[in-house]
Parts: sequence; structure tokens; C-alpha cells
Amino acid sequence: MNIRKDRRFFEEKLIKGIMRFCALLLAGLLILIVTTIAVKGFSALNLSMLVNTAKGGFYLGKEGGILHAIIGSFCIAGGATCLAFFISTPIVLYINVYRKKRSKLAELIRFAFNVLWGIPSIVYGAFGFTCMLFLGLKASLLAGILVITLVEIPILARGIDEVVQHVPIEITQAALSLGATTGETAWKVVIRQILPGIITAMLLAFGRGIGDAAAVLFTAGFSDYIPESLMQPVATLPLVIFFQLGTPFPSVQNRAYASAFILTLLVLSISLMARFFSKKLSRHRIDHM
Amino acid sequence: MEKLRLFKNRIGTLLMKTLSFTVLLLLFAMGTGLFLRSQALLADKPISDLLFSSAWRPSAGEYGYLTFIFGTLMVTLYALLIAVPFSICAAVYLSEYAKKRTRDFFKSVIDILASIPSVIFGLWGVLIIVPMVKEIGSVLFGASSTGYSLLSAALVLAVMILPFIIHIVLEVLQTISVSLREAALAMGATSWQAIKHVVLRKALPGIIAACGLGLARAFGETMAVMMVAGNIAQISISPFEPTYTLPALIANNYGEMFSIPLYDSALMFAAFILFAIILLFNIISWIVFYRVKRRL
Amino acid sequence: MHQQTHIEVKNLNVSYGDVKALHNITLAIPDKKITAIIGPSGCGKTTLLKSFNRLLDLEEGVKIKGEIFVDKENIFTPGLEPTHIRKKMGLLAQKPCPLPMSIFDNVAFGPRIHGLKNKRRLYGIVRYHLKQAGLWKEVKDRLYEPASKLSIGQQQRLCLARGLAVKPEIILGDEPTSALDPASSKRIEEIFKMLKSRYTIVLVTHILRQAKRLADYIVFLYNGELVEHGPADVVLAHPQQPLTQEYINGVVS
Repeated sequence: MNIRKDRRFFEEKLIKGIMRFCALLLAGLLILIVTTIAVKGFSALNLSMLVNTAKGGFYLGKEGGILHAIIGSFCIAGGATCLAFFISTPIVLYINVYRKKRSKLAELIRFAFNVLWGIPSIVYGAFGFTCMLFLGLKASLLAGILVITLVEIPILARGIDEVVQHVPIEITQAALSLGATTGETAWKVVIRQILPGIITAMLLAFGRGIGDAAAVLFTAGFSDYIPESLMQPVATLPLVIFFQLGTPFPSVQNRAYASAFILTLLVLSISLMARFFSKKLSRHRIDHM
Repeated sequence: MEKLRLFKNRIGTLLMKTLSFTVLLLLFAMGTGLFLRSQALLADKPISDLLFSSAWRPSAGEYGYLTFIFGTLMVTLYALLIAVPFSICAAVYLSEYAKKRTRDFFKSVIDILASIPSVIFGLWGVLIIVPMVKEIGSVLFGASSTGYSLLSAALVLAVMILPFIIHIVLEVLQTISVSLREAALAMGATSWQAIKHVVLRKALPGIIAACGLGLARAFGETMAVMMVAGNIAQISISPFEPTYTLPALIANNYGEMFSIPLYDSALMFAAFILFAIILLFNIISWIVFYRVKRRL
Repeated sequence: MHQQTHIEVKNLNVSYGDVKALHNITLAIPDKKITAIIGPSGCGKTTLLKSFNRLLDLEEGVKIKGEIFVDKENIFTPGLEPTHIRKKMGLLAQKPCPLPMSIFDNVAFGPRIHGLKNKRRLYGIVRYHLKQAGLWKEVKDRLYEPASKLSIGQQQRLCLARGLAVKPEIILGDEPTSALDPASSKRIEEIFKMLKSRYTIVLVTHILRQAKRLADYIVFLYNGELVEHGPADVVLAHPQQPLTQEYINGVVS
């Protein structure tokens, strides 16, 4: 009896140890990835990279910087996040406030967002490309923004949906019983309640937009300049990293590490900011329900 | 005044409804768009030739996808083999053993890991995983490998889908009611026995769904895999040999798309294959996931 | 004593899925009186109350059959927008639920959506109704602070002011004092007494003594059935049905 009991507890301890190891390894991996990029990138980083655009022969090891790519990434991700916001928010409010939260249509649209969320960005890129051919659009900032908008819509919608679903029904009831229409309830009351959630979701979507490479590969083209109009092609940080790494010159590869360091810093700080906003409640939020 | 308000509301509702249905159409549009673009190729070659031939010579007009499909499957399979046991262990630990604070901390770790762009994973793979695989290959197995290989791709991919699978498994485990666990513990079971016989059994369909979603994600991953897989089209199951995946094929060749007849169509067909497979896995997994959540 | 009817319910049936919440309710609620709906918890009191201003529409899987007339207008007429029905009735929920905005905006929300834009008139309305609800003195220096910062008792009075500001004819109270401390409850009750000369008040309560203190008219529900209704003094002193008797004497609850 005692031996069996000992075995039981031995098994328990062993398994628990293995599991804890896995969890710790997860944190270890994150640290390993970030430090690898930081160590490699920081030593290669210099200020002139940040304030200059790529000059002639940049990819052969000559002078220049990646300012154009940083700006390009911000333009694409920023534009796309705004567009995606104006598409996702109405839909999410529609299925949660205009319709009952658990109605068939609401569940169907949630399902569609889940599926869209799982479609990889290369497929979005290819789809965006076929649309561009159809519309006669060239690889440009505009096309990049549109494709990243499609990529971000499900991310944003899922994020906002999660917060809207937690809005107490009493708030909706209170607004409606004052004689407000569903529209007024959704856009004047519910939206105030979920504002911090929306900002969090937008930041996360923005982070994904900045880091995306496969979708813009087809659609945004590539350039060495800061774009001056929506119709010009534009470089993005991930692609600059990819192309710099692909050259055979160690000095250019070093710049790839530095660029990667910048991208990682950007994405991490956006992610931390999002976390901050999700914890910080809005001034007017009602949360005792 | 009252009439105007109600009219505004009606118009607004209509607009939002239209927008919502447009999203439903988007999936349909993606499938149709890619399919129509691949028509040129499909009209020219029978589909069985395309899927079951390994000859990829665009200049000779030969488009066989077998190698790439095989490569994608192998990378995905290896990645899942590494990531799934690891994810389940980590998720069970976090859900069943860890305190709430530890769990919240690790949730942040998972979210941050998931937010890292795939190019960064790729670069990390080039810097750390590729040399490591090269060493392991030559020291342990005597294989002369550059390190850019199936195994490197699978390892990088596994790390990328980890947060994803853990997140979903965690969600499933947390919906399993505490009372179920307590019932098992009250009968004198150790926590591990309760987990093994009660919790995991209940969660199994959900875990399978999580793996399905992880598979779909791994299947479509492009940049990171492309950077470490070596990109040589060959059918080999050795983990130290280079491989070539469908997404990498598309991303590597989009530049020459219009230089060879049918090439653009061929790449779009590759995208369509990806889309179809991923859509299928996604739909099945989400259906299973929804069922599990409703039953618990 | 002849009474005018404000809300008339005819053969109302409400069910959630297969569960029947209300069964064949027929009833008339008198004008400018306090009507208390009493009964044990889960008997359908709240459901009945929420059917008056069509808030039941929001619940999942709800089915409604029958008719309710408010000022002779059937509120379930197909195609009818419920907004003006709801405007006629101010609702006080079980737990006070301020809107996620400032104290001032909470009260001004109703008048604003119904078209009032003039700032001075808005301010006047807000002040008047906060006074009505006995809250003005406490909040006049912090009108622009978030409503969520108020105490629960203050929040409930804010909700009352907010409801009164849309000029309703009816006040619906869904156990409005159940979440409050005794002092706040007392204030709310006093405000109700003051308001009943001008408003029809329908109050759901599970506190029998509160019903005794306030009600002119009593409606007793049990298991979704209407057991007894009538003037308060009659029903409370000489209940006709054995079930009502038992409930009033505390045998069933």
C-alpha cells in the first residue's frame, strides 16, 4: 500500500516537474529570442541608420539608412488600423447591440472572423494581388494599406468583440429605457464603455500590421524612398530586414540585425502599451456589475 | 424630430447589416478570386497531374506541386510533433498547478511571444537554430548539413505556434468546471490523477481542435520558414535535408510571375491550395472548439 | 372609487425556450398610483415589469404572446418602434446602472437624444431633476466627475433623476432598493411617495413591508401566475386566495 502510494506521488512529482519545465522554457525562449536580437542588433545599430533613407548601393554595403522603411511600415500599419477600425467596430456593435449577442447571425459572423483570423498573410497577399490585377492597381502604399486592412480586420474585430461581450446588459437596458434608439445606445453609450478595449485591440492590430511581411510582399512593392503619394511603392521594415539578410555582405547583414532590433523594440513597446491600456480603466467606465 | 431619429437609426442599421454580410462574403471572395486566377493553369493541365507530379520546371511548362505539398506537410508535421506535447504540458501546468499570478505572468509571455513578427523568428532561426542543427547533424548523426533544413524550419515553426496552441488549450482547460476537479480530488486522487483521468479526458476534443488550429497556422507560415528551410525542392524525410514549402514558393517567385507563361496562374493555384487546406482545418477545428465549449 | 387605467395587460404569456415565465396574465395598472408587484423570487415579477417597456426584446430566446396597452396603444403592434413607449417609462434597475459618462451627462443624456441642444436649458433640466431626486446638494460641485464615483445610494438617485429627465408618465422600479443601505432605501421610498401624485409608479419588490408602506394597489404573482390583485388595503388585510394569505403570513416565500 505504502509503495503504491509512494509511486503515485513520485509520478505526480515527476509529471509536475516536466510540466513546470515546459512552462519555464516558454519564458526562456522569449528571453532567448529577444536577447539574441538585442545583442546582435544593438552593436550594429547607429544613429545614421535611423535618420537616413537607403542611398545607392545600400544593399552592397554603402551608406544609407532605413528611415524610409520605418516610415513605410508606420504608414501602412497606421492606415490599415484606421480603416480596419471603421469596418470592424460597426460590425461588432451590430452583432452585439443591434442583434442579440447569441443570435444565429452573431455566431455566424464570429465564426467567420475566427476563420479569417486563421488565414495566413501570404494568402491575403495573393488575394490582394488578384484584386489589384482586377482593379488595375499597381504595387503601392495604397494597395499595401488595403491588404493589411484585410489582415487586421479579424484581429481587431475579435479583440473588440471580446470587450463588447462583457459590457453589462444593464447599461444597454438603461440607455434603451430612456428612449434611446439602438444606434444611440451603441454609438453614444456602449462605445464609451469599451474605449480602452478598443484602443488595446487597435494597438495589437497595429503591431501585427507593422510586423507583417508576406502580405505586403506582393502589394506594397519595394522602394528606397519615403513615399510621397498613396500610389508610390513603399518599403517596410520586415522586408528590409529580409533583403539585407539575403545579401552576401556581412556589413549589410549587420544592418539587418540592427533593423530587426528596431522592429522588435517597436513591436514589444506596442504590445506593452496595449497591455497598459487594457489594465487602465477609462474614466467613465462602469464596472461594478 | 422623433421621425428623423428613427429614420437615421434605420439607415444606420441597414448600413451596419450590409457591412456585416460583406465580411461573410470576404471568405467566399478570397476562394473565388484565387480559383479564377488559377483557371489558366487548370484549363491547361489536369488537376491530378499538378498535384501528383514532382516536376517543377516552369520554363518547360511543367508545374508539379507534389514536392512543395510534401515539404509543407513534413515541416508542419515535425513542428506539431515538437510543439503539441510541449504546449499541452505547459498549458496543463499553468491551468492546474500554477497560482493565478504565475498564470497571468505566463499569459503575458504567451501574448508577447505571439506578437513577435515572423521575420524576427526567422532571423533568430538563422542566428541560433540553423547553426545548432548543423552541429547536431554533424556530431550526432554524421550528416553533412548546412543547417538550413527541414528540422530548422520545424523548430522555428514550433516556437511560433506554441503560444497559439497553449492559448487555446488553456482556454479549454479553464472552462472545465472546478467542481469536476474537486469531485475527483475528493475521492482521494492526486492532482495528477484527477488531471489525467478527468480533466484531460474532458478536454481532449478541445486539445485536438487546438492542434488543428496550430496545424492551419503552421501550414501557412511564410517568412520564417522560408528563411531557414533552405528552399531546395526535393522529397526527403531526413530532418537535416533542405526543404521547400508552398508559401515559400509563392513568396520567392512572385517577382518573376509574369516572365513565364502560366507562372502567375501557377503561383495563384499554390495560394488556392493553401487557402483550401487551411480553410478546411480552420472550419473543422472551430466547430469542434465551439461544441466543446458549449458542452462544458 | 373609480380609477383610470394606465397600463392594461391582456392574456400575456412569456416563455424562455421551453420554460414558461408568465402564464396568461390579465391585469390593469391604475393611473397615478403606486402599484406593487409582489411574490417570491423567480415568480416572474421582473419579467412582467420588463415586458411593459419592451426590454424583454433583448433577452435571448424569449417568446411573448398577448397584448399590453399603454394609454390604449398596443405596444406589441408589429413594426412599432419601442423608443417612444420606453420614453414614457423611467426604469430603476435592481442595481443602479449609471451610463459610462459624467454625472451631468447622465441626466442630460435623455433630453439630448430627444433633441434638446440649448446648454442653459439643459443645465436647468439637470439641476431640476437632480433636486427632485434629492441629489443636487451632494453633487452640485462635481457635476462633471464620472458617475461611477458616486456611492451606490447616490447612483440610484442619479438613475431616478436620469429617468425623470425624459419626462416619463410611468416609473418602473425593479426592486430599486434591494442593493441599497437602509438610509438610502428610505430616501428612495420618500421620493416615490412624493412623486406619486404626478406619476404612475410600478414597483417590483420582495419586501412585504415596503409594499405595505408604499402601495396603493397590489399584484401578487406566484410561479408565473397571477394569483390576486386589488387595492392594497383589501389584498393585504383580507386576501381572498389561500396562497396570498400564506405568502403574507410568511408561510411560503
